[in-house]
Amino acid sequence: MTVTRRHDGEVHLSRRAFLTLGAGSFLTVVASWRRVPQQPDSLPGTGPAGRLWDPSRAGRPLEPVTAADNDAVIQAIEKQLHCTCGCNLDVYTCRTTDFTCTVSPAMHQHVVGLAEQGMTGQQIVDQFVREHGVAILMAPPKRGFNLAGYFVPSVLIVAAGVVLTLVLRRWARTMAPDAVPARPPAAAATPEELERLRGELDRLSV
Amino acid sequence: MTLLGNLALWLALLVGIWGALAGFVGGRAGRPDLARSARHAVFAMCGALLVAVVSLEWALFQHDFNVEYVAAYTSRNLPVFYTWSALYAGQKGSLLFWATVLSLFGSLALVLTPRHHRELLPYVAGVVALVAAFFVSVMLFGGANPFQRLPYTPLDGNGLNPQLQNPGMVFHPPMLYLGYISITIPFAFAIAALLSKRLDTDWLVAIRKWTLLSWLFLSIGICLGMWWAYVELGWGGYWAWDPVENASLLPWLTMTAFLHSVMIQEKRGMLKKWNLALIIGSWLLSIFGTFITRSGVISSVHSFTQSSVGYFFLAFLIVTGTASFALYTSRLPLLTAEARLESMVSREASFLFNNLLFIGIAFSVLWGTLFPILSELVQGTKVTVGPPFFNQVNIPLGLALLALTGIGPLIAWRRASVPNLQRQFAVPATAGLFTALILLVAGMRDFYALMAISLGGFVMGTVVQEFARGARARHRQYGEGYALALGRLLARNRRRYGGYVVHTGIVILFVAFAGMAFKTETEASLRPGESASIKSPYGWTYRLTHLGISQYDALNRQVTAATLEVSRDGKRLGVLTTEKRQHVDALGRPTFQPSTEVGIRSDLREDLYIVLGGVVNGTEQAVFRFTINPLVWWVWYGGMIIALGGLIVMWPGGAPAAKRAQAGYSVRLVGEDR
Repeated sequence: MTVTRRHDGEVHLSRRAFLTLGAGSFLTVVASWRRVPQQPDSLPGTGPAGRLWDPSRAGRPLEPVTAADNDAVIQAIEKQLHCTCGCNLDVYTCRTTDFTCTVSPAMHQHVVGLAEQGMTGQQIVDQFVREHGVAILMAPPKRGFNLAGYFVPSVLIVAAGVVLTLVLRRWARTMAPDAVPARPPAAAATPEELERLRGELDRLSV
Repeated sequence: MTLLGNLALWLALLVGIWGALAGFVGGRAGRPDLARSARHAVFAMCGALLVAVVSLEWALFQHDFNVEYVAAYTSRNLPVFYTWSALYAGQKGSLLFWATVLSLFGSLALVLTPRHHRELLPYVAGVVALVAAFFVSVMLFGGANPFQRLPYTPLDGNGLNPQLQNPGMVFHPPMLYLGYISITIPFAFAIAALLSKRLDTDWLVAIRKWTLLSWLFLSIGICLGMWWAYVELGWGGYWAWDPVENASLLPWLTMTAFLHSVMIQEKRGMLKKWNLALIIGSWLLSIFGTFITRSGVISSVHSFTQSSVGYFFLAFLIVTGTASFALYTSRLPLLTAEARLESMVSREASFLFNNLLFIGIAFSVLWGTLFPILSELVQGTKVTVGPPFFNQVNIPLGLALLALTGIGPLIAWRRASVPNLQRQFAVPATAGLFTALILLVAGMRDFYALMAISLGGFVMGTVVQEFARGARARHRQYGEGYALALGRLLARNRRRYGGYVVHTGIVILFVAFAGMAFKTETEASLRPGESASIKSPYGWTYRLTHLGISQYDALNRQVTAATLEVSRDGKRLGVLTTEKRQHVDALGRPTFQPSTEVGIRSDLREDLYIVLGGVVNGTEQAVFRFTINPLVWWVWYGGMIIALGGLIVMWPGGAPAAKRAQAGYSVRLVGEDR
């Protein structure tokens, strides 16, 4: 192979050297390509799971679903607990909806861990309350001032209903037929006239 | 253009202040020149604010990222549809949208209101100008100017939140805003009536269309919001009792109460005080909703960023609330009823109980929304008030309201007799009981679902009976065919029969809500070719086979799509795709956290709802959540029927309202009391 350097600094390659270099490079590339191990087939439904082209586009990597994730008791507990990530959802809904959240999966693992220790649902909820305060519950516990939260609307509505009933009865009594000036006796009407009148009233009424 | 926008805002503020002053002084002093000036001020304000809107849209479409609002909510690759809707995607733009629409509605009200209400119009102009000027002042002095510039120009903007890039989100916020905003017009008329002491039923006639329009926009906005939450947020439901959702429900409840109680004032001259209080209360609740959304005082997924704007709204709420109720109290002696209730068993009484329930539910929703703050104040502990609380308190009240929806139309005005009640209740009560029996035999044991569907049967019995009687009366009277009779019945008395159409929509909604009691869900991680099964409450089993994952680039996002084959009891139904979307700007930089696109297969019975949670170790093994939501389509149908009913009621024409208003029953059918 003849390689000469010209006086201006450029490298000059002879035709034979160029062709030899090209062929060598091609063979090297082909050989190295054949040495690359075959990727698992990622065609739909044809075999083991292939790697995604860009996994980062699919969000946070997840763990495979376990039996505990679908356990109705665990789910029922998690639906009573408020996720602390700021989403306003319960732990179960958050971990199965906002897959970018890292708080609800951690809380879920905590629930599963406590259940595996043999704690009952109520004991797990109590444990969370001890750790985070009552704000961890999706609804305030029914004691103390919280009772006002539950019962004030109902009590007020019932009280307003009673007052309304009493007022209406008083109004109705003052307007009872014997308190109203006697109306002229109604003229007798035939059934046809009555039906016609009913029809007209139906048409007019709002 | 931003300079023009800023100038337009300042002009709108100054003109608005003048309009308010001229309106109130002109109305009080009876000066037509000032009244005219106030009217023109509202028109000028509308023009200036429209110029500001055009300026902001220009900046959005020109990708002028030196404008902070444009950089915060758009990017070069944002679709045109969403670039346009970015106008109200952020706090600052939505304030501009609000003020503009208010001035536009105010102008329309001033132009369209018949001349015999002219004594009210200066005050109406004054109130509209004052409220719109407040919104403009929040933009200019509350740090919410949409034309604010940055000290540098970013190469590209942040883009719009992916969850807002949904057609539902293009229409849902403006519909709700239109609902909130249009309440200001009835409020303005109510204040005008109070100030001018023209407290007869006349002002109610002037606001009838506006109250209906506001109610219709709120109804459509709430339903669209439910649809958006369902298809976009991916949690498998449509209502989460979030504070911002609650804030939209509150004025809807009070406006619905008003639409019922106003009939008593129109027909009998009763409930004047109550109706005025409802209008003022509805408007204050709409401002309260704005305060909740924008203050950050209560945490919500829907809220705008926490800012000082909330304090402006709180101050405005307190000042206008105090002023309005002080004025209201001073006019109470003028608000005496022209008639009194004659019987406990009358439609008037049933409407009063209906109002009690509407207001009771509104109060309980407000109470639950504010209870975390109250608890912190009283016991120093913040509590969470979530769906379990609201469901426990509100479901019984909602069912009672549903029962009254069926009872009200069956009771005669003024006084109902026992034979009349027997005749009216026989068919609906039988329909309700029969529905309950069928459900019990079919094995339904969920108490609330059973009650909701049975009461739905009762209300539908009422509605069908009302239509049937009306059509039969026309058939006998005019010899019309039943189809023609039904059509004319609806056309001649749109308010009454349109109302029944709304009731039908409400029944459908309640039945659909009951369906959620039978929701089932499961999670599974599947490799391609693997399947998971989920049992439907109807008894059949869905089998979902993971076909694989593909990744590709779309307009402004990088998509990871998982495809599943769906079969039911061995019969192939098709394929469903669910996606993860990583949104990027024009330079390919990620702009938000990856979002989820749900795959939904709907039919009248249930929805199969599939969410791609993510992938395991970067492979095609994917984590899915499968949910079966019964009767969800009926929520959307119910919403559409409610909107249709609202449109029927609002449609111009039909029997003259004034005549009907005075019609009142002064006759009693002979033999009716026997």
